[in-house]
Amino acid sequence: MLNFSKINVLIIYFLFTFIAAFAFLNFQDENNKLMNKKINLGLDLQGGSYLLLEINSDSLVREKIQSKVIPLKKLLKNNDINYDNFKINDNSLSLSIDNIEKFDLLFNSRKDNLINPYIDNYRSHELEYKKTDNKKIVISFSKFGLLTINNSALKQSIEIVRRRIDDVGTKEPTILQRGEKRILVELPGLKDPERIKALLGKTAQLNFRLVTDNNEFGTDELISENGEKLNISKRIIMSGENLIDAQPSIQNQNNEPTVSFTLDRLGAQKFGRATTDNVGKRLAIVLDGEIVSAPNINEPITSGNGMISGNFTFQEATDLALLLRSGALPTPLTVVEERTVGPDLGEDSIKSGITSLIVGFILVILFMLYKYKLFGLIANTALIANLLMLIGVLTILEATLTLPGIAGIILTVGMAVDANVLIFERIREELKTEKSIIHAFDTGYTRAKITVLDANITTLIAAIILFAFGSGPVKGFAITLGIGIITTLFTAYFLARHLTSLVVLNTKNKEIKI
Amino acid sequence: MININFSSKFKHANIISITLFLISIILIGFKGLNYGIDFKGGTLIELRSNNTESSLIRDILKNMDLGDVNVKKFGKEGDFLIKVEQKGDNNKLIPEIKKNLSDKLNSDVNFRRVENVGPKVSAELLQSGIIAISLSLAAMLFYIWVRFEWQFSIGSIIALFHDVMITLGIFSLLSLEINLSIIAAVLTIVGYSMNDTVVIYDRIRENLGKFHKLDISDIANLSINETLARTIITSITTLLALLSIFILGGEILRGFSFAMILGVLIGTYSSIFVASPILKYFKVSYKTIEKEEEKIVP
Repeated sequence: MLNFSKINVLIIYFLFTFIAAFAFLNFQDENNKLMNKKINLGLDLQGGSYLLLEINSDSLVREKIQSKVIPLKKLLKNNDINYDNFKINDNSLSLSIDNIEKFDLLFNSRKDNLINPYIDNYRSHELEYKKTDNKKIVISFSKFGLLTINNSALKQSIEIVRRRIDDVGTKEPTILQRGEKRILVELPGLKDPERIKALLGKTAQLNFRLVTDNNEFGTDELISENGEKLNISKRIIMSGENLIDAQPSIQNQNNEPTVSFTLDRLGAQKFGRATTDNVGKRLAIVLDGEIVSAPNINEPITSGNGMISGNFTFQEATDLALLLRSGALPTPLTVVEERTVGPDLGEDSIKSGITSLIVGFILVILFMLYKYKLFGLIANTALIANLLMLIGVLTILEATLTLPGIAGIILTVGMAVDANVLIFERIREELKTEKSIIHAFDTGYTRAKITVLDANITTLIAAIILFAFGSGPVKGFAITLGIGIITTLFTAYFLARHLTSLVVLNTKNKEIKI
Repeated sequence: MININFSSKFKHANIISITLFLISIILIGFKGLNYGIDFKGGTLIELRSNNTESSLIRDILKNMDLGDVNVKKFGKEGDFLIKVEQKGDNNKLIPEIKKNLSDKLNSDVNFRRVENVGPKVSAELLQSGIIAISLSLAAMLFYIWVRFEWQFSIGSIIALFHDVMITLGIFSLLSLEINLSIIAAVLTIVGYSMNDTVVIYDRIRENLGKFHKLDISDIANLSINETLARTIITSITTLLALLSIFILGGEILRGFSFAMILGVLIGTYSSIFVASPILKYFKVSYKTIEKEEEKIVP
């Protein structure tokens, strides 16, 4: 175990130098970078906001199932299937039919099935039905049908969340999908996430609807911005989809902040027709079911440009314009988890983390020197090399360092010497029975090898499981702990062993103490 | 060489271990664990404000009807930790709390940390924490079973259970908070304690093959003594690192490092006094490992 071929020595030191060199990339001059790689600081160290958003697709499912009603009735009629007791529930339809076999054939046909399309990806239909008794059936979305709805709502939501956050202009936001219903948002450096939360908390579904008393579509009673009760037609003249731009502006007459908007061609047409036909009536601008304002239509607006006023502050006007520009969210989003760390706490955490790392490191080094003298020096050299390599690997991976991650490094320092301790203690034992010192060192290394491996693999297993199940900061801990074990094995078994061999082979069987 | 007769103390040690284990289970069962917001849901706010008293903050929050509110000093003078067990809508609640505190406290308020975990997420976090710990125990069981014989596997897993339960028992006794970082600590303890046990087991296996005439008591004793120096030195270096985190690492890492310190102490103890005696109760001998070898090389 003490004989190293020249090529092996070369490989060991090359690997060490190569990996450890990356550690120094973290101390580069900002303006003169050799390579754009460094360890990123986690939100808990640099400050910032972590938000986990969840979509709620209940309303979407309700809408979707309602949209099936008319085509379904048509299908039944066209195929002479009699039905009654047709009921629309929250997320299902129930009805009684007289010919289930025929219905089944139509409902589950794979070709040109407009009501119940077949989703190739999942090998499943969008809808499924259950027989509750002889004639009665309940139709609802299948598992994969729901998944498809969630998926598309989620994808769309992520896009809109991204637009809104980009519009606010925070630096380097991270926006990712998490599972089937969640969006993870990380906003480094953001001290107060309340504005972003408010912006993401609105679906921003904008409708233009007429104020009217009688209407074939039915009406909703809503409260206007001045507290009036108004009956608003359920017919939507135009919605936010037709907006191509919205900007905050100041209305010159009374310096009131407003939002001016521009419509696309279709929107301009619709809006023009509706305002022409309804001059003198009031038009309600409804955002998320609440009236923003309900001005009088004084003259037809055909230019495709308009303005929304509603007693806004300038900030409110800016935010509304932003929401309208970015488009409506398909479903409401709720913040299900939030973690915000102020920048000064992050700084304090780095300081105390680094202090405890340095102190822990020095304590371990002094202890090893005291305990093993010359070989303590070897173990310490290995420890320093270990630390450099650990930081080097973290840099290569551009890993995120968190406060628990720093704790993981300190713990690695404490536990890393274990490999060398195991070996040295074994050599001490061998020296008692073995006459040849070289031989004693050799068997010491050989015999300790399996133990060192076994002992480290157990910790590695724990680190891997922690990485798989942990979240955020804890994951950072798992990463440093796991990589630390690997660099520990390398430095103890290659670097320290080579240094030991140099010492032992040069003393040529003279008295040697460990 | 150090020669302490460990096996003569096995019996007493085991009675102590069983007692502590049972007390821990009773504590966890009846007193329960003090879950933080990670696992219980709710809001946590760390703020810095000079010339403020906890009672003042408490009074302001009491008027807001938030349910259970807990305010305590946290680390340095002027730092406070507020925990609100709210169930309402976080989108509105946090800004309201912040506004109320900024308006009504006389001095500047610096919100250093705000965390909110909804009930659904906290339930999931707890579940994945439990799965992670169970999975790590299972993985260790499997690894030792592959590398050693089943008696060793059972012995090490009992030692692990012992360490995890007693650590949690102490947390319950002292009403210390269980949060995500404590789960990380427990998993690391599992790894560390296993590490310690494996070193002794390795030596026991080696000695079983070397000294056929000695019985398992003596083999265990011999092996523990032979590896004792390593056991102690590694515990010391690890504890030095952990103490450094505990004292200098700041408030956030305090619970984590405390759990780890407990775990290292208990884990070291259990490798000697729990994992080793179990081999004796299973009457492990050189035949056990020989049989196993025959199986592998028919």
